[in-house]
Amino acid sequence: MLKEGEIRIPSGCAISGIFSKSGKPLSGRSIIDSIATMHDRSNGLGGGFAGYGIYPQYKDAYAFHIFYDNTESRLQCEKFLDAHFDVINLSKIPTKKVASITNEPIIMRYFVNPLHNKLKESQLDEDEFTVQCVIKVNTTIDGAYVFSSGKNMGVFKAVGYPEDVGEFYRLDEYEGYCWTAHGRYPTNTPGWWGGAHPFAMLDYSIVHNGEISSYDANRRFVEMFGYKCTLLTDTEVITYIIDYLHRKQKLTLTEVAEVIAAPFWDTINSKSEEDKKRLTYLRNAFSSLLITGPFSILLGYDGGLMALNDRLKLRSMVVGEKDDMVYIASEECAIRVIEPNLDKLWSPKGGEPVIVTLEEGLR
Amino acid sequence: MKITANLMHFKELNEKVRNTPEKSVEIDNCIGQRYIASGLSNKDIIINGTPGNALGAYLNGANITVYGNAQDATGDTMNDGSITIHGSSGDATGYAMRGGKIFVRDNAGYRAGIHMKAYKEKIPKLVIGGAAGSFLGEYQAGGVIVVLGINNTTGKAPVGRFCGTGMHGGKIYIRSENEPENLPAQVAVRKAESEDMNEIEDLLKEYCDNFNYDPAKIINKTFYVLTPNTKNPYKRLYTNN
Repeated sequence: MLKEGEIRIPSGCAISGIFSKSGKPLSGRSIIDSIATMHDRSNGLGGGFAGYGIYPQYKDAYAFHIFYDNTESRLQCEKFLDAHFDVINLSKIPTKKVASITNEPIIMRYFVNPLHNKLKESQLDEDEFTVQCVIKVNTTIDGAYVFSSGKNMGVFKAVGYPEDVGEFYRLDEYEGYCWTAHGRYPTNTPGWWGGAHPFAMLDYSIVHNGEISSYDANRRFVEMFGYKCTLLTDTEVITYIIDYLHRKQKLTLTEVAEVIAAPFWDTINSKSEEDKKRLTYLRNAFSSLLITGPFSILLGYDGGLMALNDRLKLRSMVVGEKDDMVYIASEECAIRVIEPNLDKLWSPKGGEPVIVTLEEGLR
Repeated sequence: MKITANLMHFKELNEKVRNTPEKSVEIDNCIGQRYIASGLSNKDIIINGTPGNALGAYLNGANITVYGNAQDATGDTMNDGSITIHGSSGDATGYAMRGGKIFVRDNAGYRAGIHMKAYKEKIPKLVIGGAAGSFLGEYQAGGVIVVLGINNTTGKAPVGRFCGTGMHGGKIYIRSENEPENLPAQVAVRKAESEDMNEIEDLLKEYCDNFNYDPAKIINKTFYVLTPNTKNPYKRLYTNN
């Protein structure tokens, strides 16, 4: 059987996100209930969640979630971690038996800080150092896969239906201000845990419903900057594009959206001179990062959430608001099931990002 | 018959609806169940809540009333009957309709009326009370689409971009003081004349009746009519951006 990375796997999917602008701690229960209503958009071959604000006790350390195929890969990876990081805490990620979830790898969590001397020696900043270490583990240590590496956030994913994955990871025992979820519907998959969504790098996490036709052009471009697309799934490349544009190139998220879901040239031509200039610059400078084909994505990051559809809007997405809460999902029912009485409900237009952030002073 | 849907799976819900000998069915607290009433004839179905995708797909004469919003692909390939939505509907409303009527009180998402078609006396009709998203009537081959723009304050026609892309049959009516902008070259636009309005008078009255609007206020306004421009047939969009 070919593993992910050896075979390309297109997928369908459902996504959902919940965000408290006032930073209210939300248990993982409601995101499980939300994604569960879209059960039939998944086929049991991948489900996952990202939670933000869930590790306040270690909020300044990078939280690594790692899958290991066996103890040997674990030993090898831990040796690498010890050589590069100060490991403040390590533990198995608590799980519970769920009948439909089988063949679990070893699933570990580490709270780490880069070692001072190593960091200095590398001449990199903390984030870049950490990114390079994550890529190193994922590409060189056989059987080890870091699937979450941000601060005060975590990704939880598995092969299974998302609601079962949420039970498996006991998400109702975590509390965070933001949650995203994904139910996967790959048409042909070997079903590897690492291939489930979200895909994350540092605090960026992506859940994605769609099928990118620009995958190879996008991949070739980001691989020039040290990223390695090891999984050949389109969502992985989106995660790296966001990391590259937002963290490294320091584009705003609106500009990121203007690159990956760039307006058509005739739309650009109808804009004001100032907008025209900016949009033309972005399309020219990052033409290889235009993402074509259908997508709806949720990007979680430290303190915020962005939703974006492809510019032709070939996937559905609705946004609901109630007091300080924002809900975004592939289907309205996934919002109504957890909040029947909304103040507002709308569908964003194709290529128009919806960006939600914590109220000032909460980060 | 009354069914409280809650989290019931769509298969169970749809079997109940299909198998009851009763003509009237009311579904309470509907949460995203798909394919409700698909292929049904001779039933009156009321839905409270949020019905799932493909509501009334292949509908064959039944009448559906929704108190709430509908999701995507409402009335996919429906043949006859009616769907009345007291709220908005999602993307691809009336997808490939071949007969019957859909009334949406408020807005519709992207690609409403995509691939609508008509044959002899089978003329599907889709009325959207508010605004429609982009790609309204994409590849439309027949039938009638009406967008009323009620409460439209944008100063622009209540349709998005790429309206009528690939249109090669049927008619789109847009109630607006302003001519729709940026229409594709294969669409011809003109102000509606009295013969045009006669064709949709009964349809508009039915819309007003469903949602308690005063027909005089709705009908006596400027409407634009979009039809395929036979002098300038459709060329490809998706490959050239």
